Amino acid sequence: MKKIVLTLPLVLSALAAPAFAIDAKRVDQVMQDMFGKAPPPWQERMQLDETERTCTDTRSQPNAAQAKEIEAREAKTVVFPADGNMLGDWKAGYRVANAGTGLQFSDKADAFIGGNCYACHQMDPKELSYGTLGPSLAAYGRDRKGDADAVKSAWIKLYNSNAAVACSMMPRFGHKKVLSEQQLKDVMAYLFDPESPVNK
Amino acid sequence: MVTKTGLRAALLMTGALLSGIAFAQPAPTDSEKEIERYRAMISDPMSNPGFLAVDRGEVLWATKRGAKNVSLEGCDLGEGPGKLEGAYAKLPRYFKDTDQVMDLEQRLLFCMKTQQELDTADIIKRKFSGPGRASDMEDLVAFIANKSSGMKIAAQLSHPKEKEMAEIGEAIFYRRAGTHDFACATCHGESGKRIRLQGLPDFSKPGKDAQDSMGSWPTYRVSQSALRTFQHRMWDCFRQQRWPEPEYGAAGITALMVYLNKQANGGEINVPSIKR
Repeated sequence: MKKIVLTLPLVLSALAAPAFAIDAKRVDQVMQDMFGKAPPPWQERMQLDETERTCTDTRSQPNAAQAKEIEAREAKTVVFPADGNMLGDWKAGYRVANAGTGLQFSDKADAFIGGNCYACHQMDPKELSYGTLGPSLAAYGRDRKGDADAVKSAWIKLYNSNAAVACSMMPRFGHKKVLSEQQLKDVMAYLFDPESPVNK
Repeated sequence: MVTKTGLRAALLMTGALLSGIAFAQPAPTDSEKEIERYRAMISDPMSNPGFLAVDRGEVLWATKRGAKNVSLEGCDLGEGPGKLEGAYAKLPRYFKDTDQVMDLEQRLLFCMKTQQELDTADIIKRKFSGPGRASDMEDLVAFIANKSSGMKIAAQLSHPKEKEMAEIGEAIFYRRAGTHDFACATCHGESGKRIRLQGLPDFSKPGKDAQDSMGSWPTYRVSQSALRTFQHRMWDCFRQQRWPEPEYGAAGITALMVYLNKQANGGEINVPSIKR
């Protein structure tokens, strides 16, 4: 009984505001035709998980109930380093933050996979070539004074952005296995290390 | 008269100058002004190598080829057989003979197959030009689109199938997928944003951003030394989006073009343009 009460608002909101006039199955078919000749691993990548489906259907504007459901589900995927240390080498982290290569169909299989943070965020204030899709991260660690909770929150956000903000524009770097645990640690150090240019 | 080599050298120099300026200036607003100045410098139509593609396309259009040894001059691009004036401004559109909404490239492939009986496998293999590889498609599109230059984008949305394609395109625009969960809207859903220093047009609403973008394809890409069509633009977007390589001439690309043209309706076409 309790379960029904909880899910009812979700069902109602989905019925109240259909995001697209077109039948979702028709769109799936067009997508299948467009990418149908891509190799199987590429096909798998294009299957929407529950979160991607909700974010697609709501144009990345989920209602409060949908957002809560996404954040709870995605939070469960977050894996913390076994040794408890979330901060690696900031110099290696710079390479990850700066590189825009990897996982494109034009990339070789062994191409370095970057996080491409600078495409969307300001980081080192001396670097002028940065994007503005995400907030500025300049002085990120300095502003947070190495606070342990802030470190943990940043790890969660990097590992799975949707655990923090449902339908975030940011990739789920850890969950989708874009970056390795070591790469995540290194980017964390780039954000938090007092020696990192981000905090100078 | 500027030679192609001389022009390219000049453009490279401007590019070098630009990157020097863009990274040396302290304020991003100054960099943006310099980028604007660079754009103005390279968009001089008299020194745009894209017009060489227009000339090649004109020859290809009239060349007798294929098993039937006929030219493309009988091809109906929507305004009647062989009528080129303003045809591109109304593409993609619904065609009764195929019962499909087609963009220019799909339509040209159709005419090559049915009227010329030409081997389109070879045409598709050369869909994008590269060093030592000419692209008939790029040249034909440059020639035909140029016949709509100065006209306004007239998005065709009266036929139910055209309306459906606009809706499919809109749904794809917002679709979150791939390793990075990127949708087109992730980068093109808000105005005034940029990736690194590259400004991003907002396609989520009708208006100037969409009009300026859609009215400028096909374009000569200085960085690639090639005339590029809208099919190539979508191919390159999907690449950066970490989506798979799309099928050339797929309905999904046409759907996106119909949606984008809807946002760009009334915008002036100036093609081939020239871009970075």
